[in-house]
Amino acid sequence: MWQTRAWALLILIVGATIGFFVYHTEVTGSWPFKLGLDLSGGTELVYRADLSHITSGDVTDSMAALRDTIERRVNLFGVAEPLVQTETSSALSGVSEQRLVVDLPGVTDTQKAIALIGQTPVLEFRLLKEGVTPTDNSTTTIDQDFEPATLTGKDLASASLQFQGATGGLTEPVVVLKFTSEGGTKFAQLTADNVGRQFGIFLDGAPISVPVIRESIPDGTAVISGNFTGQTAKELARNLNEGALPVPIELISTNTVSGTLGSAAVKDGIMAGVFGVAFVMLFMFLWYRLPGLIASIALTLYIAVMLALFKFIPVTLTAAGIAGFILSVGMAVDANILIFERTKEELRSGKSARDAIQEGFHRAWPSIRDSNISSMITAVILFWFGTSIIQGFALVFGLGVLVSMLTAISVSRTFLLSLGIEAKGGIVRFLFGSGITS
Amino acid sequence: MFIIRNKHIFFTLTALVVAAAIGCIAVFGLHLSIDFTGGTLAQISYDGTRPAPDILTKNLTEAGFTDFSLREYGDNGYALRAQTLTPEQQSNLAAYFTNQSASAHVDSLNEIGPTIGTELRNKSIEAVALVLLCILLFIAFAFRKVSKPVSSWMYGLMAIVGLTHNVIVTTGFYSLLGHINGAQVDSLFVTAVLTVLGFSVHDTIVVFDRVRENLRINQQKGIKEQFDETAGRSLNQTFVRSVNTSLTVALTLLVLYAIGPVSTKDFALTLLVGIIAGTYSSIFLATPLLVWVEGRRRHGGR
Repeated sequence: MWQTRAWALLILIVGATIGFFVYHTEVTGSWPFKLGLDLSGGTELVYRADLSHITSGDVTDSMAALRDTIERRVNLFGVAEPLVQTETSSALSGVSEQRLVVDLPGVTDTQKAIALIGQTPVLEFRLLKEGVTPTDNSTTTIDQDFEPATLTGKDLASASLQFQGATGGLTEPVVVLKFTSEGGTKFAQLTADNVGRQFGIFLDGAPISVPVIRESIPDGTAVISGNFTGQTAKELARNLNEGALPVPIELISTNTVSGTLGSAAVKDGIMAGVFGVAFVMLFMFLWYRLPGLIASIALTLYIAVMLALFKFIPVTLTAAGIAGFILSVGMAVDANILIFERTKEELRSGKSARDAIQEGFHRAWPSIRDSNISSMITAVILFWFGTSIIQGFALVFGLGVLVSMLTAISVSRTFLLSLGIEAKGGIVRFLFGSGITS
Repeated sequence: MFIIRNKHIFFTLTALVVAAAIGCIAVFGLHLSIDFTGGTLAQISYDGTRPAPDILTKNLTEAGFTDFSLREYGDNGYALRAQTLTPEQQSNLAAYFTNQSASAHVDSLNEIGPTIGTELRNKSIEAVALVLLCILLFIAFAFRKVSKPVSSWMYGLMAIVGLTHNVIVTTGFYSLLGHINGAQVDSLFVTAVLTVLGFSVHDTIVVFDRVRENLRINQQKGIKEQFDETAGRSLNQTFVRSVNTSLTVALTLLVLYAIGPVSTKDFALTLLVGIIAGTYSSIFLATPLLVWVEGRRRHGGR
């Protein structure tokens, strides 16, 4: 008995600590909840990466370089906590694409967000196919005339503006590309292997310089000369230094939510949560009396643990996630309802309160286990199926099922037993009774 | 026992509700959202009162919008659904909606490319199929030791019949909702359906589990009881629990619908209908059907 009470006390202390942690970190803002864009306001841009000019072994590297470049670019513009992720469309869906998902919290002007990313130059290197004479380099024939080279935009280390002599004694602005050491090796190899072929340097999909490779170039630099003015060459060098994309990207989806809509959703979500919980607790207390009160305490603990988990994992909360959480509150007491109904039956058959509680928990367990497994199946599949919004819901829902099994079973059992009610009298019958009958 | 004795009344009632739901789907149809078709969805809100839609329709047509639809959204706004916007249309969106009396804000703008739509559509179908399959396998597994007098796969089959009922009723309701307020089938709807599937199985399992337990006790104690009596007794024992669990969930969903975020109102309402349907089917449909199947088997055997 005393052991059970010690456990109950321990659970209360741990619960209060968790509750305090959630409250304190939220008030001081030291460890805030992570809000999805639909709650915080902001823009999500989804790009498709065009990998047709990349050798297949380079896909992973190129996507990583793509992500780093965009991340650098976004940081440059001072967007707070941007999130740039690569994503592979699932093979099962019949669409195979490499995508880049860019989340820009606080940016609510879609056009500005698109422009922000759009300024990033795409730098590509390709070789002219053998036996092809370069025509006017019009964009229609590019894909037929050129083949991918081993070198990509991610091998670029820096770019600088220089002036070099041109025909007629004039100096001409050029952009000098300096490759990384790895890129330099690749470039040396590439030039050595392809002497006599034409090598195309492409910017934003258009060939800007197509020199003939005369000899191996071991020093890891290449020169782009085109119709530059001093100004355009300077801009290009700056843009390239800020990061060049190794492959072209195409915008396929945007989603912008204003801050006011987001904060309204947060406010409404919190209100719905508070009232939802209050109604459930009131119902449990009125219908199940003493055990209902215990279940409400277990529910409080459940909420504290869930909120702490949201911060720890961290779970990105969306409107759907909040809905999932509020729904899970209603479902979390299900295990308690099953147990209490069972306990009541056992009491009716003449058992003492203690035995009836033990038996009630024991008998209700298979139902709780099986029904929660089916909920978990749904949560896992939803998580797998989901876009970020649905995943937010599925994660909260699945966590809720797991945590509620813990709180509704072990916590309420410890509390109920620690009360130490042994008698069979009328008061016990009343306290453990339910509804309008005794 | 009341439910088992009058099972034919409930079967008729269920059939009527299902027929009504199918009727709704047939008459009103289901409208796929841009999540699945690709396109643009914008939510516009106003400081003052929202203007009449025909003025806005004129503005939008002048701005070169061809295939679009407007519907009232929230208390004081519109939802615009259109094809992919040009950058110019995108930047001037608020201006098209602004009218002398009220200035408009673009609360959200969502543009989805066709490939993402196709991918999501395929994934949704797979997800629903996978959930159904997993649930059938799980129930058959959970009830594998119960084979008398009804075989374990019958439990799974009846649970699936119940689930089908829930999905049809939920979808029928949603198509009615779409007719009333323009709700469209989006990924949240698919989520709602899958959640209803999980929840109602949960409910059905609790009842079946009680049948399973009572059958075992009868066998141990050597009590001879007709299957319909065992099933009826099990229903009585779990009835309060089924109703109470639904009640707590329904309470939270009602609150979510009444005062929760605008973006999850349709979601909450759909879940509410689905969960009520789920509770109904686990009490009034799945178990009575099991009794009916058992009865036919017995009479057929004679």
